[in-house]
Amino acid sequence: MSKIHVETTINGEPMEFLANPGESLLDALRNTLNLTGTKEGCGSGDCGACTVIIDGRMTCSCLVLAVEAGGHEITTIEGIAQGDTLHPIQQKFLENAALQCGFCTPGFIVATKALLDKNPNPTETEIRFWLAGNLCRCTGYDKIVRAVQDAAAEMRGG
Amino acid sequence: MTFIGNKSDLRVVGTRPVRPDGVDKVTGRAVYGADATMPGQIIGKVLRSPHPHARIISIDTSKAEKLPGVKGVITSADIPNIPSEEAFVGEGPMNFRDLSLNCMARDKVLYEGHVVAAVAAINDAVADAALKLIDVKYEVLPHVIDVEEAMAPGAPILHDTLFTAGVTPKPTTPSNVAKQVRFTIGDVEAGFKQADVIVEQTYTTAPVHQAYIEPHACVAAIAADGQVLITASSQGHFMIRAYTAKLLGIDIANIRVTNAEIGGGFGGKTVVYLEPLAVALSKKSGRPVKMTMTREDVFRGTGPTSGGTIWVKVGATKDGKITAAQTVIKLQAGAFPGSPINPALMCAFAMYDLANVDTLGYDVVSNRPKVAAYRAPGAPISSFAAESAIDDLARKLGMDPIELRLKNAAKQGSKTVYGVTHGVIGYEEVLNAAKAHPHWTAPLGKNQGRGLATGFWFNIGGESTGGVFINEDGTASVVTGSPDIGGSRASMAMMAAEVLGIPYEKVRAVIPDTASIGFTHVTGGSRVTYATGMAVTQAAQAVVEDLKKRAAMIWDISPEAVEWKDGEAVPAGANAGGFDPLPLAAIALKAAKTGGPIGSEISVNAQGAGPGFGAHICDVEVDPETGHTTILRYTAVQDVGRAIHPAYVEGQIQGGAVQGIGWALNEEYIYNKKGHMDNAGFLDYRIPVASDLPMIEAVLVEVPNTRHPFGVRGVGEVPIVPPMAAVRNAIRGALDLELFHLPMSPPRVRAAVDAAKAPKAAE
Repeated sequence: MSKIHVETTINGEPMEFLANPGESLLDALRNTLNLTGTKEGCGSGDCGACTVIIDGRMTCSCLVLAVEAGGHEITTIEGIAQGDTLHPIQQKFLENAALQCGFCTPGFIVATKALLDKNPNPTETEIRFWLAGNLCRCTGYDKIVRAVQDAAAEMRGG
Repeated sequence: MTFIGNKSDLRVVGTRPVRPDGVDKVTGRAVYGADATMPGQIIGKVLRSPHPHARIISIDTSKAEKLPGVKGVITSADIPNIPSEEAFVGEGPMNFRDLSLNCMARDKVLYEGHVVAAVAAINDAVADAALKLIDVKYEVLPHVIDVEEAMAPGAPILHDTLFTAGVTPKPTTPSNVAKQVRFTIGDVEAGFKQADVIVEQTYTTAPVHQAYIEPHACVAAIAADGQVLITASSQGHFMIRAYTAKLLGIDIANIRVTNAEIGGGFGGKTVVYLEPLAVALSKKSGRPVKMTMTREDVFRGTGPTSGGTIWVKVGATKDGKITAAQTVIKLQAGAFPGSPINPALMCAFAMYDLANVDTLGYDVVSNRPKVAAYRAPGAPISSFAAESAIDDLARKLGMDPIELRLKNAAKQGSKTVYGVTHGVIGYEEVLNAAKAHPHWTAPLGKNQGRGLATGFWFNIGGESTGGVFINEDGTASVVTGSPDIGGSRASMAMMAAEVLGIPYEKVRAVIPDTASIGFTHVTGGSRVTYATGMAVTQAAQAVVEDLKKRAAMIWDISPEAVEWKDGEAVPAGANAGGFDPLPLAAIALKAAKTGGPIGSEISVNAQGAGPGFGAHICDVEVDPETGHTTILRYTAVQDVGRAIHPAYVEGQIQGGAVQGIGWALNEEYIYNKKGHMDNAGFLDYRIPVASDLPMIEAVLVEVPNTRHPFGVRGVGEVPIVPPMAAVRNAIRGALDLELFHLPMSPPRVRAAVDAAKAPKAAE
């Protein structure tokens, strides 16, 4: 079967690529567009390592077909920092040692961005339930939750 | 070795700087196993056995080979048939033949998911289609999954060549019991006679997977001249080099391995699965071959740790002196021998100063994936049983569980069951810190309970290489052979900066490939900060000595008359001369005139790793209706020797505790009657998520290890040892339930609630 032409916006840039009809957005990002910051941990929507934001909504890119990306705005981990200035979420993950192996980190940061865009002052419980779809095996989540709290405070101008 | 770890003298060690690889890891730039590519690469995929136990009658690959786009197909015929050979390369003993057979089955498949063939093709779709065209004829054999059933007479035998080791006379019939092993001190029979109170119980634990979020991945190429390049994610690129060389009969010098960033391992990435196959496929196809596991592959094809059956008996006098402790442990090794039975036996009672201990263990094969190391291999299994028994003993005696432990605590000079006498250890300090913590005496509500358990792990040292090189501008480059799995680049740079007396920001730590630094053992056994840190510290010290000589040369005085202070050479005293201090950067600038480049690479075989002890306090609330357990509060106290980067030490403790909580409450391999794993995915194999947990408070106790320059003890493994018993003891406290089996999942807890009610209902 021939490939399908997809026009979309990724991290604010217009993008076009060819995708197989059955290809996931995750595979297109990683293999076709070389945006390998988005990770595959399960391929079944259970681990959140492939989290991206599509039109403001947190989404597992492994559960979206690449061809469905057409006409939408997608944010990946590569689009969180502004040039060489880290986003406060990224900065707080570093300062809080909220990563060990770092493999789940892009998914957590993108998911946190989606959370704080909606809810600038989440409670600890809200943070924990929002991030419940992102698996981390290294940290026990403690320092991740603290990093999110710190980032939220900073973004509120605290 | 001079001890330089006095806290008041430290400037960098003990602070919490941002890790050198941090920015790459929060921006998506870091290259993990599956992100690495080679020019012209094609895709490699494996065919896995659908049967848990079968003889391979034939494999016909002809149709697959003819499929357009297929560049090569391999079976065991393409892998050298190497003899049995035991070696200690990774984190424990390994038989190379077993490892080869685990990567690619030869005559028999021994578990569902065992690899029987592999293909290389131009893309995923062609590779998948080719796998479907491989025709394997099997003679299906009866299988056995459970450890007790595998030991029973008449059980299906996995290996005709396996005779139980450690029994005399040597058995004449093959068995699934690979090994029987015993460690004993004193006389337990006599000890139990002195006891006023005895507890005795059988416990079971389920096999659990390390469940690192990054599936195994590699890309490999072999050139026409036999030179092999591999980029892979692992806990040791020297391990990958050694195993690939051995399994394929290649000279080590012809293999160069680059370690990609590793997305978690916890012991599970201390062996090879894909790399030898990728090289064999590259040889067949003439192209670089990339292989990536799916999550299902990881569950079905890679090593979890053992499940086991643990019988424990402990006796004590009325005043709480333990007179004897005994255990019999049967561990599942999976399809090949090699469960962590020895450390399971050795660690069970290592927290206590006991005169009479007897431990007997069995290493048992069955039709499951071959186990791999998982964080303190064996210790969490035996400690779950032993620390549950100690808690029950405390209840029977009417004693506080911490007081009972303090009364019997191991200390310097205590002899262990495995013959080693403890050196400077911090178990009593850990217990006292737990006792003093407000958590221990905080009030509890209805259906809430508090549990405590403790744990021990040896920690290891071993072979490591570290280099420190001074750049022309006075900055420093640190190189080591230890893959960074959780912030070790930061610790290495911090130790070097401390010795050199320069800011942490002026030191960069890098992990080069296997051809660019001396041999270094795997990142495992909690050894990196200890052993590799020792190599880096010694290299930095050698550099300082060299810098002093160069300053002496510049000043034209004796090197003995120069001291190194805060990153500068200074005259040792008034007699040495009135020279202005020479900063490192000034000496670096003149390197060419004082002997050339400044640097040192040191290889060590570090001995004297200090053991670690932890005590965990856990509060739970149990819902008697649903059987669901909520972790309300968790405090983990641990002797860490000296925390180089306290935030990453806390992170190890928090992460280890949470893995243990998963082991306690949710995680298990579920097999159906056909011997197939029913939950090979993160939906059904449920690891803890953020909403399952409270904050995990890590309390660092520092009893420096006198055999490391900064006092380091390994910290990564101890924290997974206590949680299962801590959770179990807490549930017992909440509802007075008798729980002896892991996981303590809602149905199991609910069943215990019903069982506890049953006698009353009958009244």
